[in-house]
Amino acid sequence: MNLIQLSIKSAWNRRISLGLTVLSLAVSILLLVGVDMIRKEAKSNFMNTISQTDLIVGARSGPINLLLYSVFRLGNATNNVSWESFQELSNLDQVAWSVPLSLGDSHRGFRVLGTNQDYFKYYKYASNTPLQFDSGVVFKGVFDVVLGADVAQKLDYRLGQKIVVSHGLASTAFSDHDDKPFTIVGILEKTGTPVDRTLHVSLEGISAIHIDWQSGRRSAFEISAEQALKMDLQPREITAFMLGLKKRITTFRVQRQINEYRQEPLMAIIPGATLTSLWQTLNAFEMVLLGISALVVLAGLIGMLTAIMSSLNERRREMAVMRALGAHPYHIIALFTLETLFLMLMSIVLGLILLYSSLWALKPLLLEWMGIHIQIVWLHWHQMMIIGVITLIALLISLIPGLIAHKRSLQDGLMIRI
Amino acid sequence: MSTVIELNQVKFTWPRSDKPVLDIAELVIDKGQHLFIQGESGCGKTSLLNLLSGITEPDSGNLRILDQPLTALSPHQRDRFRADHLGVIFQQFNLLPYLNVIENVTLPFYFSDRRRHKVKDTHDAAINILRELEITSGLFEKDVLDLSVGQQQRVAVARALVGNPELVIADEPTSALDSKNRDTFLRLLFELSTEHDSTLIFVSHDDHLSSFFEHSINLAETNRAYQGEAV
Repeated sequence: MNLIQLSIKSAWNRRISLGLTVLSLAVSILLLVGVDMIRKEAKSNFMNTISQTDLIVGARSGPINLLLYSVFRLGNATNNVSWESFQELSNLDQVAWSVPLSLGDSHRGFRVLGTNQDYFKYYKYASNTPLQFDSGVVFKGVFDVVLGADVAQKLDYRLGQKIVVSHGLASTAFSDHDDKPFTIVGILEKTGTPVDRTLHVSLEGISAIHIDWQSGRRSAFEISAEQALKMDLQPREITAFMLGLKKRITTFRVQRQINEYRQEPLMAIIPGATLTSLWQTLNAFEMVLLGISALVVLAGLIGMLTAIMSSLNERRREMAVMRALGAHPYHIIALFTLETLFLMLMSIVLGLILLYSSLWALKPLLLEWMGIHIQIVWLHWHQMMIIGVITLIALLISLIPGLIAHKRSLQDGLMIRI
Repeated sequence: MSTVIELNQVKFTWPRSDKPVLDIAELVIDKGQHLFIQGESGCGKTSLLNLLSGITEPDSGNLRILDQPLTALSPHQRDRFRADHLGVIFQQFNLLPYLNVIENVTLPFYFSDRRRHKVKDTHDAAINILRELEITSGLFEKDVLDLSVGQQQRVAVARALVGNPELVIADEPTSALDSKNRDTFLRLLFELSTEHDSTLIFVSHDDHLSSFFEHSINLAETNRAYQGEAV
């Protein structure tokens, strides 16, 4: 019989109240680590939205606004970029590639992006992952469309189907470009980025469906799809464009050059930097969530303290017996500390079992509802540190009942006054 | 080494109190003695037992147990001394409720290397002494709470005597027992402490018990602090 066994047997004797304590601590650990994990995953998902693109250029507004409409397809551009400026800036010496982006139309709630074939070559997400086709190919014709994974899945579309694009974001009968339907030629694999919720068509397609529109309304002279194909479909304006540079080191110089561009008020942003500052605006929310979880852990620890403290009286005899047998005061304190250590270890193990099983169960739902792709990975050192700190706090807290019991055992001596 | 306990001009005052509760001019207890100390509550019984077991220290005077001046030891060393040389039996609730009978009896071996080294096998030692105390083997693995009070007190004797400590202190061990159980308890306690060569100090308020002992003292008379108060 040693102190560890003694402490285990003693705790087992009070297993119901301690079991509940373990359960509440496990749930609080599950919450804290889970929130931290989802937060990290959400952030990395978010930061992985776009990569390898050095600059995004649009009409002058706020950097976050530009990022939101060009990458996240949220909100609208205040102004457009002329085709001439796009051409001129794409031909700068430092520029390796450029991809035009033209937004403004939608299909049943999903945004339609006008671009060119280069988009599929240069748009990268995560660290350096290109877009992959689940089926079909890149659009070639004016009235071809490539669907993001979510679009195809939610609307249950297949290759070869014809769809109609709506003008603007509303979906009313008047605003449909129903005279010029598009044919689905490709469906992309899931990426976990806004690409999944986008329909991709050529710039010429965008021009073609607007050719007989003026000021947001259909003009009196209708031009059929066949006629449109014979006309000049070179766009006069685009919404924004992405730039890749030959040498990354020139990023800031090119950015300044674009910001000071005389012909047109333009703005260039570095996607990574703007993503970071956008994420920071969400930071407060994230911190509140983490703070609440920390408080839940604190409540769990206080619950544990309560359970141990309420056992002090019934254990008073136990302590006197131990002292009579020659236990040192530190034996008494160690009993409480050991007990706390077991409770914490069990809580951590149970908490992690709960965490991983719920992550495993929630993984598909999180992806579907929030677009957050959770990788089930082992704890980050940061999360291990959180658990370590909680354990340390618990052990420190356990000194309270330990010292009280020790003090009482000195007062009681061999006499048990109860 | 014929004396086990020697008290000389020993005074003890509780912390935060200005009057001593214990003031003993001299008390000598010989080896192998079975001594009955009679004392009603408030006459310094608790203080005396705490001093003898090394839980507390006297304010002044000499306190030698087994030729060891207890005052020369640190609290930590006194804890070890108690583990090595003393067996203690309480009035009731001697046993840890979450350990079975055998585990309770082998508990002193954890706190005292000396007592553990005196026996070949701790488990066998426990079983032997339990048998001597008329605890049947069917009870060995039982929860102590399933035992009668009489059985519990006998298990407490087994725990106090296992590993042959020189001194056994019993504090009102029979007050929860009926007369039949009390007689069995006392008979076994005497037999075993003699057999194990242990000195027995038995403290009780109950004067009638003194008839069972060859030696007895009245603490109210020995303790000058208490007399002072009574006058």
